[in-house]
Amino acid sequence: MWQEYLFPKDIGEAVAILGDGKGSARIIAGGTDLILDMEAGRHGVKTLVELSRIEELNEITEEGGMIKIGANVTCAQVCASELIKQKAPALSQGARKLGSRQIRNIATIAGNVVRAQPAADTAIPLVALGASVEVAGPNGNRTLNILDAYGDTFAKSNIDSTCEVLSFLHVPVQGPWEGSAYIRLDKRKALSLPILNVACKISLAGETITGASIAMGPVGPGPRRATEAENRLVGGLISPETVLEASKLVVKRCDPRDSLVRGSKKYRMSVISTLAEMAITQAVNSAQA
Amino acid sequence: MDRIVVSFILNGDVVEVSCEPDKMLVDLLRDDLSLTGTKIGCREGECGACTVIMNGQAVNSCLIPAAKAVGKEIETIEGVAHGRELHPIQKAFIEKGAIQCGFCTPGMIMSAKALLDRNLTPSSDEVREAVGGNVCRCTGYVKIEEAINDAASVMCEAAVRGGGK
Repeated sequence: MWQEYLFPKDIGEAVAILGDGKGSARIIAGGTDLILDMEAGRHGVKTLVELSRIEELNEITEEGGMIKIGANVTCAQVCASELIKQKAPALSQGARKLGSRQIRNIATIAGNVVRAQPAADTAIPLVALGASVEVAGPNGNRTLNILDAYGDTFAKSNIDSTCEVLSFLHVPVQGPWEGSAYIRLDKRKALSLPILNVACKISLAGETITGASIAMGPVGPGPRRATEAENRLVGGLISPETVLEASKLVVKRCDPRDSLVRGSKKYRMSVISTLAEMAITQAVNSAQA
Repeated sequence: MDRIVVSFILNGDVVEVSCEPDKMLVDLLRDDLSLTGTKIGCREGECGACTVIMNGQAVNSCLIPAAKAVGKEIETIEGVAHGRELHPIQKAFIEKGAIQCGFCTPGMIMSAKALLDRNLTPSSDEVREAVGGNVCRCTGYVKIEEAINDAASVMCEAAVRGGGK
């Protein structure tokens, strides 16, 4: 498969190595998906570039109302982070569901985003939480809303790992009257792909919902926001009826495929509203806690 | 293809091996170092038979390029016993009948050890989470869970007797 495995000392060196490779060098994060892809003959990589010796990418910090997560941060680190548990609970809950303990110990949040699967356990919460990603490339740095990091086709990332590096994720800190939650439907608790997943963030002013964000997968090529349901919630008073009405609207943004692994389109269209209802309710409870 | 030299700490000893640049850790352990206790089940991170401990964390060695292990501390099933004295987790697996064909056992024990090395009083959920990535096709999981709980008690008592916390 690959012929070289390199550990650059900083992000600039990583970008330079990728540039020299002219498409044949690629970033490896945890590698838990990439290794399998390469073994299946995809990518044609000659040089793998690992960022683990760039220490600034190893940390989770809080800066100016944002949680900053470096590219080397693993799912296990996210699960263990009190900061994320308190101030971005949907992400903490999502990270706990990914793969198995062994996978979580090595797989990174950044890799989960760049891999661009439509129902990634950390990416769906990141979309609901309004995260952004910082990308270093040959033409300097750019910052993207996480949804803009996804292309229009299945599992397509707009971040090109053969010339760019996702360096940091930025997640807005949850305020005192805000809450978030993540719900996943699956066949078993470990090592199973989500049949469906929903993350929700809610902002409250007393009994009034002032902000709502709902992300879902896999109901399209990438993560989807449930805009109609969000609009139904905002401005409304908290009540089971409001939550139920909004939950029914999420199907407007769902177009899942029939899948032997994840279930039929008909089944998934039938249950997504129930999952949304659970996610919204838990996010409201989290905001009131 | 130019070979690479991979150096890391394996079961307490420094090892240095020359290998192909795209060698996976599980193959390095089994083929180059003759440590065949680490098993290959699925080769895609789904079964846990190849679990080893890297810098204190359980990982699937089938998904770890050997190059990634450079400078790390790796522990395999061969390093768990003290000479002929089995580790409390190994003893508990035997006593509880948590082994049938034995193929998943090294991986199960390494996952359990990664947990008990940092937590001697795990909850039922924590035990299940620790071995959730290890598949057993013979016994079911009840005896395995019992064995890990028993080992935790034994190790906890030993730590208390030894003046630990």
